[in-house]
Amino acid sequence: MATETKIPFDETYIRTFSSERGEPDWLTERRLEALGKAEQLPLPKPDKTKIDKWNFTDFGRHVVDSAPYANLDDLPEAVKALIEAGEGTTNLYVQRNHTPAYVSLSDELKEKGVIFTDIFTAAREHGDLLKKYFMTDAVKPDEHRLAALHAALLNGGVFVYVPKNVEIETPLQAVYIQDEDDIGLFNHVIVVAEDNSRVVFVENYLSASDEGKAVVNIVAEVFANANARVFFAAVDHLAKGVTTYVNRRGVAGRDGRIEWALGLMNDGNTVSENITRLIGDGSFGDTKTVVVSRGEQVQNFTTSVVHYGKHTEGYILKHGVVRDSATSIFNGIGKIEHGASKSNAEQESRVLMLSEKARGDANPILLIDEDDVMAGHAASVGRVDPIQLYYLMSRGIPRNEAERLIIHGFLAPVVEAIPLEGVKKQLIEVIERKVQS
Amino acid sequence: MAVLTIQNLHVSVEGKEILKGVDLEVKGGEIHAIMGPNGTGKSTLSSAIMGHPKYEVTAGTITLDGQNVLEMEVDERARAGLFLAMQYPSEISGVTNADFLRSAINARLGEGNEISLMKFIRKLDEKMSFLEMNPDMAHRYLNEGFSGGEKKRNEILQLMMLEPKIAILDEIDSGLDIDALKIVAKGINEMRSSEFGCLIITHYQRLLNYITPDYVHVMMQGRIVKSGGPELAQRLEAEGYDWIKKELGIEDETVGQEA
Repeated sequence: MATETKIPFDETYIRTFSSERGEPDWLTERRLEALGKAEQLPLPKPDKTKIDKWNFTDFGRHVVDSAPYANLDDLPEAVKALIEAGEGTTNLYVQRNHTPAYVSLSDELKEKGVIFTDIFTAAREHGDLLKKYFMTDAVKPDEHRLAALHAALLNGGVFVYVPKNVEIETPLQAVYIQDEDDIGLFNHVIVVAEDNSRVVFVENYLSASDEGKAVVNIVAEVFANANARVFFAAVDHLAKGVTTYVNRRGVAGRDGRIEWALGLMNDGNTVSENITRLIGDGSFGDTKTVVVSRGEQVQNFTTSVVHYGKHTEGYILKHGVVRDSATSIFNGIGKIEHGASKSNAEQESRVLMLSEKARGDANPILLIDEDDVMAGHAASVGRVDPIQLYYLMSRGIPRNEAERLIIHGFLAPVVEAIPLEGVKKQLIEVIERKVQS
Repeated sequence: MAVLTIQNLHVSVEGKEILKGVDLEVKGGEIHAIMGPNGTGKSTLSSAIMGHPKYEVTAGTITLDGQNVLEMEVDERARAGLFLAMQYPSEISGVTNADFLRSAINARLGEGNEISLMKFIRKLDEKMSFLEMNPDMAHRYLNEGFSGGEKKRNEILQLMMLEPKIAILDEIDSGLDIDALKIVAKGINEMRSSEFGCLIITHYQRLLNYITPDYVHVMMQGRIVKSGGPELAQRLEAEGYDWIKKELGIEDETVGQEA
């Protein structure tokens, strides 16, 4: 068919790539199966954004060998800033382009059976665990072309496994830095929290330069099994020329809890999908997302919580700032399946427009197949409230500064939720730059 | 000594004239009370002085120490020394009370002269304890989820932190129980000095039991129709407004009616 995109990699390439990394056969097969489907499968269809002309496949290099960092002093300043103020330095994964460049996990956690390693090591050393969770349940390779491409071309990522009853106090931190301009990064993150366990995971995506036209395709799969709690925080800040598809999904078992705090600060075109499936009775999902769009970028953010279990609670909060001639679509979907009685689906989407040419759209959707439930939504698209401005200015604060305060306050729900000081500070600085420059 | 001078002030809201020629002078060291029933233009006067975007001054002048207030932006008016304690303070999510106050103080002091964090915290602690406020309030988001009384107390906290030359208090007493009212009055009395002038807008005499004004003005139909000393407030409390209406031949005191 004429509309199909030619995938620039063939079976031979994938086989070689996989075998060079010593991957188990099942993974090679899963890659090849996905590759076979990628050309036929359609692109995902994010509501109200046309992405069929976006570049998800054309990039210079599928793999670059970057030098690892010998020790923490070697890390780029931008990465140091993320970790120095926090306490995550003993549990840290740094990935440079495709290369696992620095890994450390405290002995205490190793002894408890915690796994925190790059995806290739996980495939070699923890193949059975990875096989169980890698694109089998949360995200499947045959959903659409980008998921299939992801499975076929997987070339980076991290695997986190927290055994039963293990509660980890200090956050596990991952930083992925893109410092080659022409790469394709297919980064896969898996966080598994077994029964009664608890983990906080914080990740950052950043670009070292503003040049080039990288393609980034991210899938994160999060599992909170029975009575487990996962807190997942992310700050994405990829450069203008980078086209990003990012799909973060969670699956919560009985009484499981998944909380997300996502600062989506990419400067390039981005499709972001974040779905939490509340499978077990009494499970809980909370998604907080903040976004700043600027320049001419086009972005689509779909956040969904799907209730299957009884007595499940799902909360969606999205606050977006749109300036210049950027376009941002915010889709929020609360879905309650038949049988999920006594569940509660709440969502709030607010968009602040800072210029005449900015386009923003908040679409709250409730899909309810059960009678005995609670649900609610609030959505608004507007400008900075003139009465709030008046109030702040009446205390002597100049208009610019008053606007700045209101915008930072508007984005505070995620900023305040970030558990590492260094990452929180970086998010505040990114927001500052994106809002003011 | 600061002087706020209002001459022949006419103000419209959405095309409707509310103030129809107000003359008033407030000097440092003086406390003025403007009283009057609802709907007579009292709050319009306070909003117009501060520069609320909805209020349009169609005639007259406002000066502070000879400077033309009407040519200033809202923030410039504040930095020139004006303060308005609002009847309905805005709630600003995500901005803590403390961060907001520090920004406001630093905006007055200007770049390079910012207040040190230690000094700020000491002053804030001191003023909050004077106003019997829970220390947590410093770290809560600005007015968000505050009760009516907490908001009013927070306005007085800002007044004490910012130390303006002239303060206008717009119905600071409405919705307050007697204990909260006493604390608010205590804050205002604490500010009293030859450097501080105050214009209290109220329709209850109650607050004036705790803050003795030097001058009392009665507003009706968008004008000041009578002025006097503290005894005027007491007579209003005892007899209501009817005797003034009778004296001046006013049937309906609200704006839009003519004597």
